[in-house]
Amino acid sequence: MGVIHVTDRQGQRHTLECVEGWRVMEIIRDWGLPIEGVCGGACECATCHVFIAKDWVEKLDPATDEEEDQLDTVITHPTSRLSCQIIWTPDLDGLELTLAPANG
Amino acid sequence: MTDNIETDVVIIGAGPVGLFAVFELGLLDIKCHLIDILPKVGGQCAELYPEKPIYDIPGFPMVTGQGLVDNLLAQIEPFHPTFHFNEMVESVEPIGTPEAPLFRVRTAEDGTTFTCKAIIIAAGGGSFQPKKPPMENIEAYEGTGVFYAVRHMQMFRDKRVLIVGGGDSALDWTVNLQPIVKRLTLLHRRDAFRAAPHTVEKMRALVAGGDMDLHLGQVTHLKGKAPVLEGVEIKKDDGSIVSVDCDVVLPFFGLTMKLGPIANWGLNLHENLIPVDTEKFETNVPGVFAIGDINTYPGKLKLILSGFHEGALAAQKVHRYVYPDKKLLFQYTTSSTSLQKKLGVTA
Ligand SMILES: Cc1cc2nc3c(=O)[nH]c(=O)nc-3n(C[C@H](O)[C@H](O)[C@H](O)COP(=O)(O)OP(=O)(O)OC[C@H]3O[C@@H](n4cnc5c(N)ncnc54)[C@H](O)[C@@H]3O)c2cc1C
Ligand code: FES
Repeated sequence: MGVIHVTDRQGQRHTLECVEGWRVMEIIRDWGLPIEGVCGGACECATCHVFIAKDWVEKLDPATDEEEDQLDTVITHPTSRLSCQIIWTPDLDGLELTLAPANG
Repeated sequence: MTDNIETDVVIIGAGPVGLFAVFELGLLDIKCHLIDILPKVGGQCAELYPEKPIYDIPGFPMVTGQGLVDNLLAQIEPFHPTFHFNEMVESVEPIGTPEAPLFRVRTAEDGTTFTCKAIIIAAGGGSFQPKKPPMENIEAYEGTGVFYAVRHMQMFRDKRVLIVGGGDSALDWTVNLQPIVKRLTLLHRRDAFRAAPHTVEKMRALVAGGDMDLHLGQVTHLKGKAPVLEGVEIKKDDGSIVSVDCDVVLPFFGLTMKLGPIANWGLNLHENLIPVDTEKFETNVPGVFAIGDINTYPGKLKLILSGFHEGALAAQKVHRYVYPDKKLLFQYTTSSTSLQKKLGVTA
């Protein structure tokens, strides 16, 4: 077991217990934070967009072309990722991220 | 002049579930018109994942999103449904009685009206609409300095235009508008474009020739006293800020689903979904049914196969409204010659 730290859109930080093999989007959604994940993790909606803390960026597998294409549909920061494309493993214990603003 | 179309049933949404409802209604001799804001059939399957494989459609070990839609179209062909694309259903007005419902349905664009005896809402996650990027105060410029679609190219003649995005819409409008605008700037977050290669080449040639500008970065905010746009500030990946003067911004960030006007039709809603019973999939308004992703009931699963089942049961009750005096006979397509005649498979 391990945790991730998620800062919501009001700036409040939540520490969430994780399940190995789950997508980070699914973990966030399961704990009831407002992440939409409309496409269920199929990399087709970008409603699971998050900003990864700088220190963690290098520790993640780089985004695939498909994820980059989908990131084109939102306003990104340099550390933007789609949380459905990050599978949680114990290596990511302590992962720190912030929910991106929702689209209008 | 607005037209009025009379039909048995109006189906709102031409996604997989709306399409299959045509089949179930057709077997019961019920005619229908389908309306969708998209320019094509297929809903999420066609718009969001046409190439992706689906593995849980009964009888298909694997079928792609578009493949399923194509098959559904072939399956409902015998019933000749009429499609109305690029039209948003704006209002639904009951003009009958609970025992003999009658409705007037109105669309937004050209104001076509429909008179029908029952309505099937198969609106999925809502109507597909352009994604609005989360920029502060963007609404204040909509219609003057910010547009999510190009309806009349002439509106942008001699203007300084900034297009944001890296997909087909962004690139197509870049090369189409460049010749008539005063100055065109394309802004994208990275130097890779997922648009047709020849359009990307054209854009690159224009940039190389000095006929337009390309910036890599993201808009941070809109400048000018709303509703008059004067420019934008762009943050580049290296953190530097540049300012671009422009009269118009066209953000092309793809489509998203929004509940839209359905919220105003007097239907009970629960978290943007329409509660229905599980016998007839009828809403709180007699004669209005909701099937597929848009409905909710205890145990609901947002699966295509659930939507198909819901359509079959809803059709039974619709039959009672359309043919109040006719008894409904349960028949199989394998053995009923009358059903086979409707399907055009017997001599
Ligand atoms: C990436 C992805 C993968 C999926 N994989 C599977 C899978 O493997 N198996 C499975 O069973 N399901 C899957 N789904 C879910 C499945 O696609 C949906 O359950 C299905 O599309 C729902 O069909 P529907 O006809 O109810 O609605 P939709 O497909 O959402 O279609 C609704 C249509 O209604 C239109 N509409 C809405 N309101 C209006 C209005 N007011 N006026 C005009 N038009 C309107 C919309 O524009 C849209 O075209 C997946 C979904 C996604 C996004
Ligand atoms: S949940 Fe849709 S892209 Fe991640």
